[in-house]
Amino acid sequence: MKTNGGKALMKSLEAQGVEIVFGLPGGAILPAYDPLLDSSIRHVLVRHEQGAGHMAEGYAHATGLPGVAIVTSGPAATNMVTPLADAMLDSVPLVCITGQVASGAIGSDAFQECDTTGITMAVTKHNFLVTEASEIPQVIHDAFHIATTGRPGPVLVDIPKDLVDANNPVSHFDDYEPSGHDLPGYSPIQVPDHASVLEAAKLIFQSTRPIIYSGGGILKARAAEQLRELAELLDVHVVTTLMNRGGFPDDHPLALGMPGMHGNYTAVTAIQESDLLITLGARFDDRVTGKLDAFAPDAKVIHADIDPAEFNKVRSADVSIQGDVGQTITELIKALKELSETQDHPDRSAWKSQISGWKERFPLVYDEWQQGEGLKPQYVIEQLRDNTPDDTIVASGVGQHQMWASQFWKFNHPYTWINSGGLGTMGFAVPAAIGAKAGKPDRMVWAIDGDGCFQMTNQELVTARLENFPVKIAVLNNGYLGMVRQWQELFYNERYSEVHLQPDLPDYKKLAEAMGCVGIRVESPEEVKPAIDQANEINDRPVVIDFRTEASENVYPMVPAGKSNSDVIVHPSQGND
Amino acid sequence: MAEQFHTLVVRVENKPGVLARVSGLFARRGFNIQSLAVAPTDNELFSRLTIVVDAESAPMEQVVKQLDKLINVVRIQELSPGDSVSRELILATVNLTEGSEDNIMRDIESFDANVLSVGDKKIMVSLSGPPEIINEFETVLEKYGIVEVQRTGIVALATIAK
Repeated sequence: MKTNGGKALMKSLEAQGVEIVFGLPGGAILPAYDPLLDSSIRHVLVRHEQGAGHMAEGYAHATGLPGVAIVTSGPAATNMVTPLADAMLDSVPLVCITGQVASGAIGSDAFQECDTTGITMAVTKHNFLVTEASEIPQVIHDAFHIATTGRPGPVLVDIPKDLVDANNPVSHFDDYEPSGHDLPGYSPIQVPDHASVLEAAKLIFQSTRPIIYSGGGILKARAAEQLRELAELLDVHVVTTLMNRGGFPDDHPLALGMPGMHGNYTAVTAIQESDLLITLGARFDDRVTGKLDAFAPDAKVIHADIDPAEFNKVRSADVSIQGDVGQTITELIKALKELSETQDHPDRSAWKSQISGWKERFPLVYDEWQQGEGLKPQYVIEQLRDNTPDDTIVASGVGQHQMWASQFWKFNHPYTWINSGGLGTMGFAVPAAIGAKAGKPDRMVWAIDGDGCFQMTNQELVTARLENFPVKIAVLNNGYLGMVRQWQELFYNERYSEVHLQPDLPDYKKLAEAMGCVGIRVESPEEVKPAIDQANEINDRPVVIDFRTEASENVYPMVPAGKSNSDVIVHPSQGND
Repeated sequence: MAEQFHTLVVRVENKPGVLARVSGLFARRGFNIQSLAVAPTDNELFSRLTIVVDAESAPMEQVVKQLDKLINVVRIQELSPGDSVSRELILATVNLTEGSEDNIMRDIESFDANVLSVGDKKIMVSLSGPPEIINEFETVLEKYGIVEVQRTGIVALATIAK
């Protein structure tokens, strides 16, 4: 049967089970938008292509399914670079379709032409430039395979306009179903090597101060249950990195929360003093390790990851296990149970009481609110946490508000925390929350955003209103680029350079209203809960709450950049030696 | 060849942009390429790269594993000098003076190099051989004054097991 590239593109996306795409049409992708009208796929029309990319990411984070974005050539493709880079660093399965100028015009500096595959090579797991219309079914089939298997990541497919144009004979070809994949260089290893698993189990039996250092790979591998089983079997504490918040329940007695630059004192210190890091789907990011050669100096390292290039990249491993981290944990549990028939774990009571001592002495704290101050941002987050359903999905931007959200929210379910970890993309929250709501329409979705971040992508609230994604946005408005302000206070002698924004401009309440949302302003602590309750009741449109927070508030604990984790600065009230 | 240089033989899919993927990876990860040679293989679907990597710029384990993540990279072989044969080709044009002509011809002969083109004041020669011989030959030519030189970079294959 004859088909054409445009029809085949839609059919191929449908065959992948795609139900929703986020995009914005333009010249080069125009012919593909025509068959979209006849497709079962829902299209969400964004207001900026970056929004489409982050929405697709939010969708992927919340559902585990690949997010799909579709945009035109040139500036649309370059606007997509940030979401692609974001998805690359956080291993988010994403398929992005970009239009390209017609085949014959490529390389001629045509209108809205850019070298999309060249530009995005470094920020995608792989990309394709389609050269014949008949490649489309196979390439889309391969693109989804690459995006969702092994270490997930973004894949871009660039398609010249003529190849999807039904009126152009070059777009015509005999329809076919792709059978298998044409990827001789791609075969990710899923099943862990038994000998390495056994070796890891033996190391655990020798350890008196073990810690499970769990990262985003746990969520990507849908392995939260296995992680919990392992922790409980061993009775060993778990730290969850920024990318694995929710991957282990915060209300579990073995949970230590987030490690790293703004991690809990206990999580940071337990890693630092450990003699064995059971590293599961984590990659020793510099925000976790601090000064690398002072990081966990006495620890042996078990490193389980789907991506073997992570082994010995930053910290050398004593045992490395390549494979799906869920399968690895299952095998490890088996090996540990077998070994426990013939040997006992060493006495770890001293280590455990040390950890409980830290937990008791250094809980997360903040100063009490004083009359005349802005709201305590931590208080606002606590109120949000306590007055929303336990399975609420929280998306955040990047900066102080992100750290406070990660610290003060209690994540008890996987896939409830969506943020930009690796790339640190300001403006991520609003579109990511919309994407999450698109994927999980029955769940409450809150974005915790900063005023700096909000000003980067808030126009997508128009999209949210029109497409009926009633997300709720808590803007922690301190009138500053808060994290930069904090660094200038602490490390640049309070010389504040270009960090003051202005809490009243824009008028966030009016801005929200102008975009068809409900806008609420909250200035005093007693207004916080009623405003949250009011927002929770509204389900026919997005809500923006402008929380006026205290500008001088800093995020603690803090490990200054380049310093050892042993030099962690705690909240001033807890005393620093 | 100094020990810091490692030779990788990489089989890649013969797709547009594959060389850019490989060289881009080296550039963005800070791996230094000493030389790179690329050509199609007997199978038109694949090309073969011989990459000589400066192992002081990055651990070889990282170089190999990052390369392997490229979807178009099918197979990577790390060749050690002991069990591989490497060859390189040099083309050079050097100055010819009345006084130097005899010496040049003697040197060319002693290396078993070929004369490709001769003019009044210049001579072009070529030599293929193990890279250390090519280095030696280039040093010898330098004393006459090299006008232009082009080396191909190393190509290598594993030696045949006995």
